[in-house]
Amino acid sequence: MIQITDQPIDHASLTDRVRSPRAGAVCTFLGTTRELTGGRTTRHLDYEAYPVMAEKTLAELEGQALSRWPLQEVAIVHRVGRVELGEISVVVAVSAPHRKDAFEACQWLMDTIKEVVPIWKKETWADGTEEWVHPGLDAVGGRPEG
Amino acid sequence: MTVTVRLFAVARQRAGAPEVLVELPDPATVADLKRAVAGQHPALAPLLPGMMVAVSAEYAGEDRRIGPDDEVALIPPVSGG
Repeated sequence: MIQITDQPIDHASLTDRVRSPRAGAVCTFLGTTRELTGGRTTRHLDYEAYPVMAEKTLAELEGQALSRWPLQEVAIVHRVGRVELGEISVVVAVSAPHRKDAFEACQWLMDTIKEVVPIWKKETWADGTEEWVHPGLDAVGGRPEG
Repeated sequence: MTVTVRLFAVARQRAGAPEVLVELPDPATVADLKRAVAGQHPALAPLLPGMMVAVSAEYAGEDRRIGPDDEVALIPPVSGG
């Protein structure tokens, strides 16, 4: 299950969605807005997606995870728009018969989402300055991974 | 042919618009598109070496052909999560 939403994400309902009597392991990852990065204070983040491509790419990753690990269910939801401090920007929930597969698949999905899915975040720092985060793009500067 | 190129994040900010038009020969490739964007929209030129191109919502290599009906987008390095 894949979704891009501009609404707050109910992580508990997503965890419940992937639970099953066949799954002995459920692994849910939450990405949340962090206040401090390298000594600078964040006011909030704004996320922008290329919606059609983001959903298509997420669906491809879900398919790859399902073929690579013996999983029961996968749920991935990414938020767009403003995400305040402590709020959830992304949820990856995975269920599997055994925990090793659930942990591995959840980590692989989250790592790969950060590499290939066309979603971007803009930092607004406490002093009011704004910057788009584009790792490796020299023309704009960047911020550490995370 | 005229192709509409969708822009996101810093590229949208630099161009001041969510899309730009570029004139391309027909047929054209992704490499042609990048040259055309740099020439016709100088504000985007410094960003181009670091950006991917998507054609029909898929990452496309330099040799990918672009037709008049393809949806084309510039993809800066992603930072979701």
